[in-house]
Amino acid sequence: MKTAVIAFPGSNCDRDMYYAIRDGIGQNVEYVWHHETSLEGFDAVMIPGGFSYGDYLRTGAIARFSNIMPAVIQHAEEGKPVLGVCNGFQVLLEAGLLPGAMMRNRALKFICKHVDLEVVNNQTLFSSLYEQGEVLSIPVAHGEGNYYCDEETLRQLESEQRIVFRYKDNPNGSVADIAGIINEKGNVLGMMPHPERATEALLGSHHGLKLFQSILEHWRESHAALAK
Amino acid sequence: MPLLQSEPSPLEIKEQALYKEMGLSDSEYAHILSILGREPNYTETGLFSVMWSEHCSYKTSKPVLKKFPSEGPLVLQGPGEGAGIVDIGDNQAVVFKIESHNHPSAIEPYQGAATGVGGIIRDVFSMGARPIALLNSLRFGPLSSERVRYLFEEVVAGIAGYGNCIGIPTVGGEVQFDQTYEGNPLVNAMCVGLINHDEIQVGRATGIGNTVMYVGAATGRDGIHGATFASDELSEQSDEKRSAVQVGDPFMEKLLLEACLEIIKCEALVGMQDMGAAGLTSSASEMASKAGVGIEMDLDKVPQRETGMTPYEMMLSESQERMLIVVKKGQEQEIQDIFEKWDLHAVAVGTVIEDKRFRLLHQGRIVADVPVDSLADDAPVYHMPSQEPESFRINQAQTPWQPEIKDYEETLIQLLKEPTIASKEWVYNQYDSMVQTNTVVLPGSDAAVVRVRGTRKALAMTTDCNGKFLRLDPEMGGQIAVAEAARNIVSSGANPLAITDCLNFGNPEKPEAFWQLEKAVDGMSEACRRLETPVISGNVSLYNESRGQAIDPTPVVGMVGLVEDVAHITTTSFKNAGDQVYVIGAATPEFGGSAVQQLLTGQVSGKPPQLDLQVEVNRQHQLLQAIRQGLVASSHDISDGGLAVALAEGLMGTDFGCVLTLHSQAGAEAELFAETQSRFLVTVKPEDSQAFEGLVKDAVKLGSVTRDGVLSIKHKEEEIIHSEVSALEQAWKGVLPCYMQSKTVN
Repeated sequence: MKTAVIAFPGSNCDRDMYYAIRDGIGQNVEYVWHHETSLEGFDAVMIPGGFSYGDYLRTGAIARFSNIMPAVIQHAEEGKPVLGVCNGFQVLLEAGLLPGAMMRNRALKFICKHVDLEVVNNQTLFSSLYEQGEVLSIPVAHGEGNYYCDEETLRQLESEQRIVFRYKDNPNGSVADIAGIINEKGNVLGMMPHPERATEALLGSHHGLKLFQSILEHWRESHAALAK
Repeated sequence: MPLLQSEPSPLEIKEQALYKEMGLSDSEYAHILSILGREPNYTETGLFSVMWSEHCSYKTSKPVLKKFPSEGPLVLQGPGEGAGIVDIGDNQAVVFKIESHNHPSAIEPYQGAATGVGGIIRDVFSMGARPIALLNSLRFGPLSSERVRYLFEEVVAGIAGYGNCIGIPTVGGEVQFDQTYEGNPLVNAMCVGLINHDEIQVGRATGIGNTVMYVGAATGRDGIHGATFASDELSEQSDEKRSAVQVGDPFMEKLLLEACLEIIKCEALVGMQDMGAAGLTSSASEMASKAGVGIEMDLDKVPQRETGMTPYEMMLSESQERMLIVVKKGQEQEIQDIFEKWDLHAVAVGTVIEDKRFRLLHQGRIVADVPVDSLADDAPVYHMPSQEPESFRINQAQTPWQPEIKDYEETLIQLLKEPTIASKEWVYNQYDSMVQTNTVVLPGSDAAVVRVRGTRKALAMTTDCNGKFLRLDPEMGGQIAVAEAARNIVSSGANPLAITDCLNFGNPEKPEAFWQLEKAVDGMSEACRRLETPVISGNVSLYNESRGQAIDPTPVVGMVGLVEDVAHITTTSFKNAGDQVYVIGAATPEFGGSAVQQLLTGQVSGKPPQLDLQVEVNRQHQLLQAIRQGLVASSHDISDGGLAVALAEGLMGTDFGCVLTLHSQAGAEAELFAETQSRFLVTVKPEDSQAFEGLVKDAVKLGSVTRDGVLSIKHKEEEIIHSEVSALEQAWKGVLPCYMQSKTVN
């Protein structure tokens, strides 16, 4: 599997994501600079955390207009996996690949700590190796992670099982304790917690590793299917 | 020499003594006259005033700083460059430095703290190192004051705002609260970086004809005379100097960092220096002076974000996120292309010249032309008068104070509620402590530990200083500051390598304050020699006074240690029920300067606890050996609040308790609350206890870790403490959020 990690000016979790793929699951990974316009040859796309373009206008708001985004959208339309973490999730919201918006954390302060997440849907390509209801320890690190959507969207997300992760003890005020959601097709996941920070027991948790392994497993299965 | 309109003429500067407003004394001005053989114009007077400020020249602290041991077998770069460098093997080295941003933070706390972080990061990456960690040492007045709460909240937000955005984890530090800092808070920021030996850069402008290039943010009118402002006491008028505080842009710095780390791989690069204090003036003149050359710059080419800036304003601006680089002639394009990739522009602004002059052109005219060495090297050196204060003699002569404690449990709870001892979660949860995915030990333990990716090595780092001990006895307090930092490092499983220091003191023109500085440095130097931790970098912040009242002498020690193997990393938390609890070192009834004295009497007096450096060295060596042999489950240095607080901290966040019996000759008060030096609290698995006792000579077994979540301490057959750990934890964690009325505790 060949993975692209999109790097915007101001991305700062791009290296962490790179190491999670290279060292965590031992797969091929490359940085793709925001000036690029093609993602041809990549099987999966990761939009990492950070402060793209300084997040000066609104988180993720400038990044969605960067040169690489049409290719990301095309990749998503082709049904290939796109994972946006933290600022990456915010970019996916701004780009309209996922519904809803982010507000500042309820306490109006940046929060960085390990939180408990519940796997609400293990029937996705990102979560298939987890048990349904499994509780994961994964860090959050954000100032604007307070997910909001209107009631109709929330009902839709819930009825279509598109909420993948929920906080056990909501740290930021997100609607319905939402920590991560997928698109209708199920190939675009946005989440505020950082699975790439939880791939080694030495650093406090390896619970994020199965997320990347799930993506790899899905890729292997779909490739095996193609080969037949 | 032509004059700029609206600026005072050289003669006016002389006759009206206008140089005094820029911080130059009569004798300093006379010295400039003799150097130039004529009156300096307005711009030139400005150049001298910033370069000869204490902040840039160390003119009063230099004779004292010379006492620090700064060499060692592993030291690759000592004081004098952006940051110091120590070898950690495998062609790798660790780069670090601490710096103050006290005065800016006192009047504009968010930007003051943020730009303090930004500045120290540039010091590290200008050496060619990738910054891997940040620490902060903060001091404020009592939280009962609304102004203090405002300063505290904004300083923390400023640090978070900058560090989180740029993607360097803030992994540790300390926060203390004391009356002495009410009008003059301390904000010291430390940055640690990693470098390969062959990529070390120096700030030198070698090669006649080479091009001087300016990169990063454009120059504005912010921060003019910041270095001069930092070299004066804070007063009622300080608020008017808000314009001397710079404004930070961490996003710009992130781009600058990545671009600079890319150009160090280019053969075209000759030298690189951060434009920090005294901005363009110090970076350009220091780079030329060190290389024994001159520099000529055309100020019309300097990127400006405001119109009509004068040479004086451009040269004295402390606008942030700027670097000066020297590039081989003809190879500028290669460097420019790299900066373009990061949406930055590298602009040629000058040339390295043979003539050792600092020459500035503006609109086709020469606006300054002075000997370059006179700026960087010829500042006067002052040997200030020094006098032992009366208070020292009184404290030394005092009969040692002894506490009378009726309720040990209540005393422990009150200590845990002291803001200096209480949990700092409210602070560090606002910092991204994990980005870069190398942080093994997060904030809250004795030292933070960051692994070196791709190796078995890790770096332990801490900042330390107990100003109360220095108030009573600066020499002993100085020794303790270094020793305690080393204890934190050893306790984490690392061997102390070296220190950086931030000397926060009062006005050195007052003989008592200068005496404190001298004595503290004597004490620190002795401890550094004995603990084999040379001083490789640092910063001096004098004039920390408000309304004529100096702060406690506060020489903050930033120390880094090397963990040889990540398996050696040890934390303060108790690990298993059944483990044996040991204390290394007997207690003595020394309470001068202790937290319990402050708590029960509202002040400190007498002598601080005494430190025997030989005992310190022996215990540190033995403990580190035991840790490396895998015999230690948890380890914690005993400091603020004594053994009782250390025990409570070891239990916080666990489901464990412990049952202990005190055997001390010194009495339960001393055993639990004295801040006797060179002591550690350690837990050991039962099967390892024999080997552990064989190695660590002064270890005494007190009891064992239990499962029941209760801290139980017996003395003379009586249970003097029986506390639910959950109640202790609630007291300890609740204090800061309660003061700050925050909802972030969850």
